[in-house]
Amino acid sequence: MIRSTHLPLLITIATFILAYTLCASQYPAMLSTRVVANLLTDNAFLGIAAVGMTFVILSGGIDLSVGSVIAFTGVFLAVIMRDTSIHPLAAFALVLAVTIAFGAAMGAMIHYLEMPPFIVTLAGMFLARGAAYVLSTDSVPIAHEFYDTLQSLYWKAPGGGRFRLTGIIMLLTFLTGIIVAHRTKFGQNVYAVGGGLPTARLMGVPLAQTTIGIYATSGGLAGLAGIVFSLYTSAGYSLATVGVELDAIAAVVIGGTLLTGGTGFVAGTFFGILIMGLIQTFIVFDGTLSSWWTKIVIGGLLFGFILLQKGLTWATTLRRKPATEFAAQS
Amino acid sequence: MASTQSPVLECKGISKFFPGAIALDAVDLKLYPGEVHALLGENGAGKSTLIKCLTGAYRRDGGMILLDGEEVSPRSTQDSQKLGIGTVYQEVNLLPNLTIAENLFLGRQPMRGGFIAQRKMHAMAKDLLAEFGLKVNPAEPLETYSVAVQQVVAIARAVELSGKVLILDEPTASLDRDEVQLVFSVIEKLKARGLAIVFITHFLDQVFEISDRATVLRNGRVIGTRELAGTTQTDIVTLMLGRQLEDRIHDRAPSEAGDTLIELKNFGRRGVMEPFDLTVRKGEVVGLAGLLGSGRTETSNLIFGAIHADQGEALLEGQRISLKSPRDAIGHRFALCPEDRKNDGIVGDLSVRENIILALQARQGWFRPLPKAKINELAEAYVKALDIRLASLDMPIRLLSGGNQQKVLLARWLATNPSFLILDEPTRGIDVGAHAEIIALIERLREDGMALLVASSELEELVAYSTRVIVLRDRRQVRELKGDEITTANIVTAIADEQMAEAV
Repeated sequence: MIRSTHLPLLITIATFILAYTLCASQYPAMLSTRVVANLLTDNAFLGIAAVGMTFVILSGGIDLSVGSVIAFTGVFLAVIMRDTSIHPLAAFALVLAVTIAFGAAMGAMIHYLEMPPFIVTLAGMFLARGAAYVLSTDSVPIAHEFYDTLQSLYWKAPGGGRFRLTGIIMLLTFLTGIIVAHRTKFGQNVYAVGGGLPTARLMGVPLAQTTIGIYATSGGLAGLAGIVFSLYTSAGYSLATVGVELDAIAAVVIGGTLLTGGTGFVAGTFFGILIMGLIQTFIVFDGTLSSWWTKIVIGGLLFGFILLQKGLTWATTLRRKPATEFAAQS
Repeated sequence: MASTQSPVLECKGISKFFPGAIALDAVDLKLYPGEVHALLGENGAGKSTLIKCLTGAYRRDGGMILLDGEEVSPRSTQDSQKLGIGTVYQEVNLLPNLTIAENLFLGRQPMRGGFIAQRKMHAMAKDLLAEFGLKVNPAEPLETYSVAVQQVVAIARAVELSGKVLILDEPTASLDRDEVQLVFSVIEKLKARGLAIVFITHFLDQVFEISDRATVLRNGRVIGTRELAGTTQTDIVTLMLGRQLEDRIHDRAPSEAGDTLIELKNFGRRGVMEPFDLTVRKGEVVGLAGLLGSGRTETSNLIFGAIHADQGEALLEGQRISLKSPRDAIGHRFALCPEDRKNDGIVGDLSVRENIILALQARQGWFRPLPKAKINELAEAYVKALDIRLASLDMPIRLLSGGNQQKVLLARWLATNPSFLILDEPTRGIDVGAHAEIIALIERLREDGMALLVASSELEELVAYSTRVIVLRDRRQVRELKGDEITTANIVTAIADEQMAEAV
């Protein structure tokens, strides 16, 4: 059943289908599985980070530290594998623990000190970026045979598309995100916090646990995105992924999630990522357009979706259902 | 009947002290199963403090709360909920973005294999609400339903969570007549189930319609508890105010008012208010009557420049003036107490003192601060003159009760020594006592020669203090009533007549 809250999601999906149809009508080659596979592979790290961002924005917050955490993760992995003989899997576990703890610490500050998420995660952004610089200012290559193994894992679809491990990880992350958002108490609490903090408190939502959980999730997923990014680039560089948090926010908003919190879908973010990736692919196919057009189109889309959200909010208040559905009193 | 049972909840000598004030002084209260018990009192009488002690929002400083004979000390709202005391407030404390089912079961969702069993939750929600006579789709977001439905959902949640005592804190304040009936039908059902219900409201009619007994508080003490079956409204009001209500019939002020102060010609704004003419003289109160949405607030805002008029002209003592913004209007010594006190009036976190001098300081310009001694003198004078009840001038205004906030707003504008005072719904949401005081104040200001324009939905009130009444309908002035013509019946006819004429 279609509900008014599903409308932004449906519009996002319709936008994606429309955009893909337009692209394909101009360049039929864009329908090939290669393009689809690359769409997933190239945006895997952004998609994973955007899942975390969706939870943060659903709760009415914002996480500006994401890009820095991804860069930090990359540098951390590269340096630790260069300087020690630690196995990459152990390094992954270690870096995930660090980023989860980092996110949780930001969540704790936001909750206990009642600080705005904007400022706390801004501090986190500088901290993580700074930590990455301290580890190394150069691009550190990662050369480990396990990395080669991971990178060579793919499923070759008919048509030549290679669905790589990183793309699969992103899909799994989205799937898990959807289930967590709608089918767990934690997910419900995230929506509740986004709907109104004082009310959520009165209704008995464990605020500390939820807020810390949200930012730990975002931190952890940024860490996972960093791992995926290091698999993608085979290096760790402290100057990488500057401003990725803003791309993630854009994907979340294009995906139909309200920036004020409380309304939206993780699935929407997936299509937001696909739309952004699609624009980039189109520009590559075209070959004559400057790649900065991506930014312009995304900017236009964002404006469009913000207007749409405003319109929908307004329409919902207008169409309040009166008490007439009250069963007749006898 | 009730006395033969043992009480569900018993308060014995509850006391609560605030710095500089005794909020509750040894309050006793007994609640029996299956009764609706109204809690009455002026603003600041201690109703909300008592409720907050019961729900754990405040810790009591003395006394005992017995629930089913055992002493309890709830530390938080959750705590009291677990004990069996549920509360529903005027503003629906549910999450508008979640579905009805999610709101009902948040925190105790039915689980299956570690995940929320949505289908089961929806079925449970449907059954639960059906018991209350509500047929809604539990999978829809709460915000798609009217406030009345939301209120019933809030009651359903509270009852489900607690189930012994239900406290309803002004649940009907923002509902219309039909919706009130809806909530009352739910209360009747709960009563039949044997719940003890505390009902707080400013509407005495509603108290008599639904309640069995009433306890009246004044200044933090219990003045009396009455079986309502054998009591009249006058008895209750007398208890609440502690004095006989003076007869409202009084000599109407002669409309031989002074010189014309302000004259508006063909004043209006497209899509907001049809152009109108209006003259207000010194020493007269012009009342604005009309249904909701008829243009009362729009008229006030236009004159004050809060809405910019796109046609017509304004004359102040014969001189053309511009009223493009509230700043202009304040410059001409106009003042407006807005209808929406919380959003347009008070600055909640500033102190009472700062709120009082706000308009005066704004008119003077922020670079010429008022001397501290002058500020104190002014604030103290108005607190005394208007009988504003507060612990200290330094307390944030949001902590005051509605009636006292309204008086602070009046003080703010009176401090600017206005020649023309516009009041939009000056008595909304305040109790009987403060109500009478504000009416008295309006009359005193008129006698002092001030020109007033008062918009109100309470016709009796308009009849009491207006020297002229202008009736609005559909954003137009339809009728002006003077002198002896001003009666409730005439105002109603003026609104209704027009409607009949339109229907032809």
